[in-house]
Amino acid sequence: MRRSRFPLVVTTLVLAFFYLPILILVVNSFNPARFSSRWQGFSLVWYARLFESPEIWQALRNTLIIAVSVTAVSVVLGTAAAFALHRYAASRLQRVHYTLIYTPLVVPEILMGISLLMFFVAAGVPLGLFTIFLAHVTFCASYVAMTVLGRLQDFDFSMIEAARDLGASSWQSARKVLIPMLMPGIVAGALLAFTLSIDDFVITFFVAGPGSTTLPLRIYSMIKFGAPPMINALSTLLLAVTLTAVIASQRLRNRRKDAGNPGT
Amino acid sequence: MKNSVKGAKRARRAEWLTSLPTLAWLGLFIVVPTVLVFVIAFRPANPYGGIGAGWTLDTIRSLWTPSYLAIAWRTLWISLLTTVICLVLAVPTGYSIARASAKWRNRLLMLVIIPFWTSFLVRVFAWKSLLHPDGLIKKALEALGLAGPETTLLYNPAAVVLVMVYTFLPFTILPIYAAAEKFDFRLVEAARDLGARPFQAFRRVFLPGIRRGLLTAFLVVFIPALGSYIIPDLVGGPSGEMLGNKIAQRVFTDRNLPHASALSAVLVLAVLAPLIAVLALQRKTKKSDIIMGEAP
Repeated sequence: MRRSRFPLVVTTLVLAFFYLPILILVVNSFNPARFSSRWQGFSLVWYARLFESPEIWQALRNTLIIAVSVTAVSVVLGTAAAFALHRYAASRLQRVHYTLIYTPLVVPEILMGISLLMFFVAAGVPLGLFTIFLAHVTFCASYVAMTVLGRLQDFDFSMIEAARDLGASSWQSARKVLIPMLMPGIVAGALLAFTLSIDDFVITFFVAGPGSTTLPLRIYSMIKFGAPPMINALSTLLLAVTLTAVIASQRLRNRRKDAGNPGT
Repeated sequence: MKNSVKGAKRARRAEWLTSLPTLAWLGLFIVVPTVLVFVIAFRPANPYGGIGAGWTLDTIRSLWTPSYLAIAWRTLWISLLTTVICLVLAVPTGYSIARASAKWRNRLLMLVIIPFWTSFLVRVFAWKSLLHPDGLIKKALEALGLAGPETTLLYNPAAVVLVMVYTFLPFTILPIYAAAEKFDFRLVEAARDLGARPFQAFRRVFLPGIRRGLLTAFLVVFIPALGSYIIPDLVGGPSGEMLGNKIAQRVFTDRNLPHASALSAVLVLAVLAPLIAVLALQRKTKKSDIIMGEAP
């Protein structure tokens, strides 16, 4: 039976819709013209401007400080949470736990931003890098937990029992058996947390204070108050970084899959 | 006997040890702040941008004004329209990915996932420069005679819907693909053999078969759409403002935290309603799926 071509046509159009704006942006980052509709030859002038801007470097520093510390803390919290969710799935406590972990994934960002702002104001915590860190861990830990939980689903817990029978303490069996087996999931979760932290705008916008401008906040004010060609250059660099991260994490996942099913 | 009691006790302790960190963290930074939003909505503002003493219903009452109702209505229709367009585009796309060969399926999935990882602000900015009066789309439309020099593509609700569809579409395709991948396409062939026209087979067999995916896709677009803030802020202009913009204005422009809280409380309720409705529906479809003999 002949299948309709319609879905394929829509898919092609959807992919063109996804990629054309990004492609045009990348091309324009090499265009020395102030406005994008006229091509005036290849140039790196906007990249040069970008590297000369001290605000960008400051914002990048803040972003990386936050992202690295957020990743470290969310990996520990998220992995422990995933373990509890999987191992004690039947308990009532875990049902509450799961709902709590799931909440940051569904709540609109603006609600998380505003409620955290109210909380920090009410608690008298000065807004700055520290409040951004607290806010980011709150949603990144959930993403790590979900990613690791996915890996745990095909972990065979009789391995732990075997290790215990052979005389390993519970800490030893976790450290020597469980964690190495979960490593690909933990690394994928860490990459996800890192990217989400680097990219977050809305929540950061609400809980940032003076002097804690991050890269997305900087980009936002550049978009809002002019300087378009420089954003093209900055966006292209960001795209290059995220693409590398995506491809790396995908490779990792595939390798893990291959290792997991020697039959295929 | 004694040993197993000891073992159960130890398991209990290990459960608390591994759950407590996230329970405490999320309790402190999700539950307490959410409760606080509802509490502050009933407190008066003080002139220094903080929260005053005493209790008041004035803030809640002040929301029932034509300007806020207009914003609420716009937030609702922009979110609904965005969701409908996303679903209409995602169903054929998810379908073709599910029917592609294994090699192409992975490639197509990768192509859908990549934009979902790229910086959100960058994607919005890409559209802002395309729609700009000096941007490529405006120039192209002018060259085709479809737009005059006075036509503005930016700063209206249509621009908001366009950019929202752009940013949310990948999130819609994934659950629909996941459902379509599990769907047994022989059912469609059977319907065709029994005389159904292609569209009939699609509407009466395929769509009900991927119901759960459709419901998930609806949620992952509609809920964040209701809380949109950056997109209307950057491409919407005053005529494209949504509830999220009002919340941000109350916080950053007039520094009236009780007012912002009251608006946020409304948004929380607006988000909970579809969430609970869909979860209830999904529970129901789960049961009927079993009756229909589909693998859960």
